[in-house]
Amino acid sequence: MPAYYLEALTVTLGLALLLAEAFVPSKSKAWVGIAAAIGLGAVLFITTIAIGPEAKPGSAWAKWPLWNFYQFDSLARFYKIFALVTTLLVVLMSIDYRKILARFTEHAGSENGTGEFYALPVFACAGMMWLASAKDLAGAFVALELVTVTFYILVAYMRRNVGSLEAGVKYLILGALSTGFLVYGIAWVYGTTGTMSLSEISNFKFQISNPAPLLFGIALVMVGLAFKIGAVPMQVWIPDVYQGAPTPVTAFLSVGSKAAGFILLVRFLEPFLASDLTRGPVLKLLIILAIATLLFGNLAAIPQTNFKRLLGYSSIAHAGFLLLALACGTPPEENSLGSVQVVSLYLATYLIMTLGVFFVLAQVRIQRDGENISDFNGLGKSNPTLALALTILLAALAGMPLTAGFIGKFFVFSLAVEAGLWAGVGVAFIAAAAGFYYYLKVVRAMWWAEPADRQPVTLPVISKACVAALTLATLVFGIWPQPILALLR
Amino acid sequence: MLSILVFLPIIAAVAVMLGAPARQTSIAAAGANLALGLWAAFSWKCACWSFSVPVLEKPALNLSFGMQDGISAVMIALSVLVTLAATLNARAPEGREKLYYSSILLIAAGAIGAFASTDLFFFFAFHELALIPSFLMIGILGRGDRQAIAWKITIYLSLGSIVLLAGLVWLANLAGTFDMPEMVAMAKDGRLVIDPATQKSIAALLIVGFGSLVSLFPMHSWAAPAYASAPAPVAMLHAGVLKKFGLYGLIRVALPIVPEGMQAWLGVLLVLLLGNLLWCGMVTISQKRFDSMLGSASVMHMGYIFLGIAAAISSPENTLGIPAAVLLMFAHGVSVALLFGLADRIERATGSLDFADLGGLAKSAPALAFTVGFAAFTAMGLTVSANFVGEVFVFLSAFQQYTPANGLDALQITCIFAIWGVVISAVYMLRAFRGMFHGPPVDATRNAPDLTLADRIPALLLAIPLLCVGLYPNLLLNLLR
Repeated sequence: MPAYYLEALTVTLGLALLLAEAFVPSKSKAWVGIAAAIGLGAVLFITTIAIGPEAKPGSAWAKWPLWNFYQFDSLARFYKIFALVTTLLVVLMSIDYRKILARFTEHAGSENGTGEFYALPVFACAGMMWLASAKDLAGAFVALELVTVTFYILVAYMRRNVGSLEAGVKYLILGALSTGFLVYGIAWVYGTTGTMSLSEISNFKFQISNPAPLLFGIALVMVGLAFKIGAVPMQVWIPDVYQGAPTPVTAFLSVGSKAAGFILLVRFLEPFLASDLTRGPVLKLLIILAIATLLFGNLAAIPQTNFKRLLGYSSIAHAGFLLLALACGTPPEENSLGSVQVVSLYLATYLIMTLGVFFVLAQVRIQRDGENISDFNGLGKSNPTLALALTILLAALAGMPLTAGFIGKFFVFSLAVEAGLWAGVGVAFIAAAAGFYYYLKVVRAMWWAEPADRQPVTLPVISKACVAALTLATLVFGIWPQPILALLR
Repeated sequence: MLSILVFLPIIAAVAVMLGAPARQTSIAAAGANLALGLWAAFSWKCACWSFSVPVLEKPALNLSFGMQDGISAVMIALSVLVTLAATLNARAPEGREKLYYSSILLIAAGAIGAFASTDLFFFFAFHELALIPSFLMIGILGRGDRQAIAWKITIYLSLGSIVLLAGLVWLANLAGTFDMPEMVAMAKDGRLVIDPATQKSIAALLIVGFGSLVSLFPMHSWAAPAYASAPAPVAMLHAGVLKKFGLYGLIRVALPIVPEGMQAWLGVLLVLLLGNLLWCGMVTISQKRFDSMLGSASVMHMGYIFLGIAAAISSPENTLGIPAAVLLMFAHGVSVALLFGLADRIERATGSLDFADLGGLAKSAPALAFTVGFAAFTAMGLTVSANFVGEVFVFLSAFQQYTPANGLDALQITCIFAIWGVVISAVYMLRAFRGMFHGPPVDATRNAPDLTLADRIPALLLAIPLLCVGLYPNLLLNLLR
């Protein structure tokens, strides 16, 4: 099946869910979520068998002009799968989160206002999937806005909760600002190169002698994208919005939105990194952003006491490691990984660990009515198995060897050492050490601190299965990362 | 086959966490590991021990274990011996059995995994795996100011590991492979040529990285308080086995792959190891408690092993340095584990390890006095102990290239100073022994129980190899040939 059906299918799924939602009785809105999960699973399956025009050059659809705006290579497939898996897990998380959602939309017990919450992520997913294939700045921009506008609604979804509304306003204003940067930057790039198409943009070097206007445009686009990936200088929204948004949306923001930003950044920078005219300044800009992001994310995370906010800073910190990998600008070689592959591998491990932690956090939020690190006190005594799983996930986020988190960090360090970015390596090492400190604070609360109440946290079936699967994946991919890289080839 | 040695303790640790009877499971796993480990060590030349599973195609990463040479064999023998002794010695506090025993098993698994790995990635990763439970055990179940000490050791060792990682990654990038025997072979036959300046930088990273893991002066100050605070089995395993990873790494990675870089730092290394021997030796003399004295003494004794390594660095023709260092690593690992185990026993019998509170213990507990005396004499390097053989070999290795016509070089002058370390050891060990066992009994020691059979088994387990190797060093030296 031609690959472009995937986005069409996903949007259709979202529309169908919205239509069906109107007829689902208000007590059983969770079925919308289950339908969404099944639908996303089906699209996920189709993604693995979808083909691009190279596979069947003779067929009529392969000659469509659409392929000037849309590509389907292994990277596109990887990020489509990434978006689908993330959305699927977020929808599953939302089903188990509906109690809180109901309390802050209608009133406790009524699920009347929660139906759309399962359909909206599907639209965001379609946007992320299109971004993975975007070949043209205009198309990429529209897809990105589809993602962002959906998030405007999702973040502010709990309309009777002040925190959620405040987060929504902050996200809206800063999001609009970053969109401004992005569009302005695209305009400069278009003005200097005369094209929006990323595959034709590399011809610019024959046309311009002074790269300054082009670099100005690139820098503006990078600032705009820094908002999506949560990097300096557009990182200030993250802690507040993460803390205020409903937990599944926070998870979606920190994994899905970040990955979508990175794939666009990778696609956008590819022609400019290939040209000698712009390569040097772009890499310099990347390394500056990477170092600033690493320092800000990790050092500001140290004093946090709210776990969700801590995860916000941790998300900034991981963006720093990812930017550092990009700043190496290493092309893939026969025997080693390139920057883009390392970024993708890192994001995949990040997905597993982060979503696992958010599943636990969502349930602690519901059952202990709090998101502070102190709400995890004594979890080791009341729920040893859950505490063990969370310990493994947090250790992986910190980059403990033999977990998935170490694999990603290891290859980032490896790239940076090879590229000779010693300043970046030094800062990244400090950042990794700080990471150990603040993630282990939660571990310490679970095992060392005395619990306030001994009420064990009970995970619903879906959450339990997901946490178990994600923890297991963290350990398996920590020793055997080949399956993730196989997807990239 | 070697994979069993690594995964058996991990499986046992998971079983313990999930509720298997903690002590029995751990002892069974450690016992089985001892049998298998000794068998593997004494037949290391057999290719049947190798094990390799590809986990990543490009770049090629393999989860691979194997006996690269006799050094791996000796280190594995040391690990399994001390693991069983530490497990037998373990006395978990009420309600903490799961954490206690699974941590011991995980430290053992990490150490064995690091010594058995032939892939640089897992070589590093397994060592880190072993560090985490050590930190947790000190932080949760340690004595004294345990949380501050746990943070201190975490910061020192994490920073050391991170510097080390930079060095290893750099090497792997230059070589284009993570396969350690392959890297050594490439360096030997000229396929891997590293220019001297790069060699020097890599060697610096490796010396600082591995060095802080082995408490090389001046990165040593974490060790003594950590061992004094750690629960006895953790002190035994860390001081006896895990710490040797740094020395093993220098011998395994730094020496063969960046020899010129190491040579460039030889002078600095000689000064630092004298710091270990003489400075830390003086610090040891001033200790007031038996456990902190042992911790400090174990820092000091690293100096001898570094001297053996320095001899090997100084000249490629030096054939004695590495066997001497390995022999001493084994001897020191076993004897320090024995001493930490006995110190725990003394504390359980008397409630204190402060020299001021103790005295006359030889009257109430003669067997304990004899065993501690044996262990103390061994640690001082008296004849018929493995440590004696090791130290003599180290001193000989420093003089292997000596020709009277050329006079003494820096290595040999260092060695002459280092010999004074033996005197320092004698001073603190004898003082400690006199303080605790001689003189009139005091309240704490008057009714102290003597060693029971359960105490004697782990002590014998460690004392017998020391004596055997001391009387017949070829037992280990044959492995190294």
